[in-house]
Amino acid sequence: MPVKTPIYLDYNATTPVDERVLEAMLPFLKEVFGNAASTSHSYGTTARAAVDKARVQVAELIGAEAEDIIWTSGATESDNLAIKGVAEMYASRGDHIITCKTEHKAVLDTCRKLEGRGVKVTYLQPDKTGRVTAEQVAEAITDKTILITLMAANNEIGTLHPIAEIGRVAKDRGVILHSDATQAVGKAPVNVDEMGIDLLSVSAHKIYGPKGVGCLYVRRRGPRVRLVCQMDGGGHERGMRSGTLNVPGIVGLGAAAEICRAEMADEASRLRALRDRLHSGLTGRLDYVEFNGHATERLANTVNLSFGYVEGESLMLKAKDIAVSSASACTSASLEPSFVLKAIGVPDELAHGSIRFSLGRFTTEEEIDHAIDAIVKAVEELRQLSPLYEMVKEGVDLSEVQWSGE
Amino acid sequence: MAYSDKVIDHFTNPRNVGSLDKSDQHVGTGIVGAPACGDVMKLQIQVDEDGTIVDAKFKTFGCGSAIASSSLATEWLKGKKVSQAHELKNTDIAEELSLPPVKLHCSVLAEDAVRAAIADWKRKNGVADDGEPAEQVDVPQPIEVKNQGA
Repeated sequence: MPVKTPIYLDYNATTPVDERVLEAMLPFLKEVFGNAASTSHSYGTTARAAVDKARVQVAELIGAEAEDIIWTSGATESDNLAIKGVAEMYASRGDHIITCKTEHKAVLDTCRKLEGRGVKVTYLQPDKTGRVTAEQVAEAITDKTILITLMAANNEIGTLHPIAEIGRVAKDRGVILHSDATQAVGKAPVNVDEMGIDLLSVSAHKIYGPKGVGCLYVRRRGPRVRLVCQMDGGGHERGMRSGTLNVPGIVGLGAAAEICRAEMADEASRLRALRDRLHSGLTGRLDYVEFNGHATERLANTVNLSFGYVEGESLMLKAKDIAVSSASACTSASLEPSFVLKAIGVPDELAHGSIRFSLGRFTTEEEIDHAIDAIVKAVEELRQLSPLYEMVKEGVDLSEVQWSGE
Repeated sequence: MAYSDKVIDHFTNPRNVGSLDKSDQHVGTGIVGAPACGDVMKLQIQVDEDGTIVDAKFKTFGCGSAIASSSLATEWLKGKKVSQAHELKNTDIAEELSLPPVKLHCSVLAEDAVRAAIADWKRKNGVADDGEPAEQVDVPQPIEVKNQGA
């Protein structure tokens, strides 16, 4: 059965725009071009109405109210706004933030920036599946803590933090909880009230919407969260984020959110089955395959595996009909292997041989079977070239070897 | 990663993949790099009575550039005299393969692997180092491989 190659298994990196989303957006790129702030004429009011509808669509996906949604250019901006916004607003109350080592760079880098300004940050150590516990969070809270920021789902390994439990601790101790939910929203149930979340980052291009737009949920009641605006200007979005609204993008995000709400449960079951088929298909035919992450507390679409004794970039090059991500150093400009895998204790040589497979709405069983064949073939070919595999097969204990490069 | 055609060629059709008998008197074996760094190259040369490298083989754990660099090195070595092999510079490899700056270290490792193989052969055959000056060439120590139950 012919499949379209390269086969896309990198949905956590980005997603194609759903046809239905594109259809919803098009009028706003053509005849309905008004500025949503120009409410003195119908061009503006029509745009404004579309934006208000999108607010409802996103709010319903996360259990919030429309007025709680602030439009941004994406989750990176939302993270920046949440973290810097809170740090600056509540500076008189305290200067301590709690986060985790495996957060996205948009959170980690923002925290580092704040450290440079004198803020203290605790980077919690997750366990080897990538989870932190509510107890760890509770222990780290001091009377100076003003923010906890923890992602709902990890982009590299798919692990889900126990956000609801952490939310209860945060509520109890009066600390604001922000969650970068970029990977979770639309894939796993997220409810800001049930989970005790006060700030939530969303990205459109991870949920079959367009790139360049996202939002930040900002709680208005119980408690009312305030932020120092990071993008100054005309006072848009209740003064929290100035800038003419990206109306087509926002309409797209709204449509994408509505589709996710309707289809998420069925989609998750379908993807879990396909993901597990991929996983067992590979481990059934290859030796020395290690799984990175949590077996059950994980996104239904994600599986991160390390293929022993082969390197990730060469693996992706060999299996070029499959589009995936590797955490190998060779794929990053800094030549450092994935800090997420490092944080959960994966040894460097296995981190170099890791591949993240993330499935999505348009993934088919044929694609999965094709991918299994391609990856198995690529791994076997690279193991023929691998001095490490040769040594292991000869019975050498690689941990006993004195390498020249160390 | 946008690779040059030559890197793609060496990667898709690597030359001289395999192993020579490392216990053979005429074989020099160099193993450089470390799994933790994501690059390990094993390069072997077979030298005849004349001091000519008659065969060369490699195995590499690493990215496309690393595999291409070591493949090219074995190709270049065959037919050369051991005394000439020192002339192989990482810059030649990098130029031939059009390696981008971020991949230059792969060619350096290939040069190290060649020197390690030569040093090993010299040691086994009681050949002294010719004393050629080289910019702080730190010939990597051959690795201590403890064979379990071999």
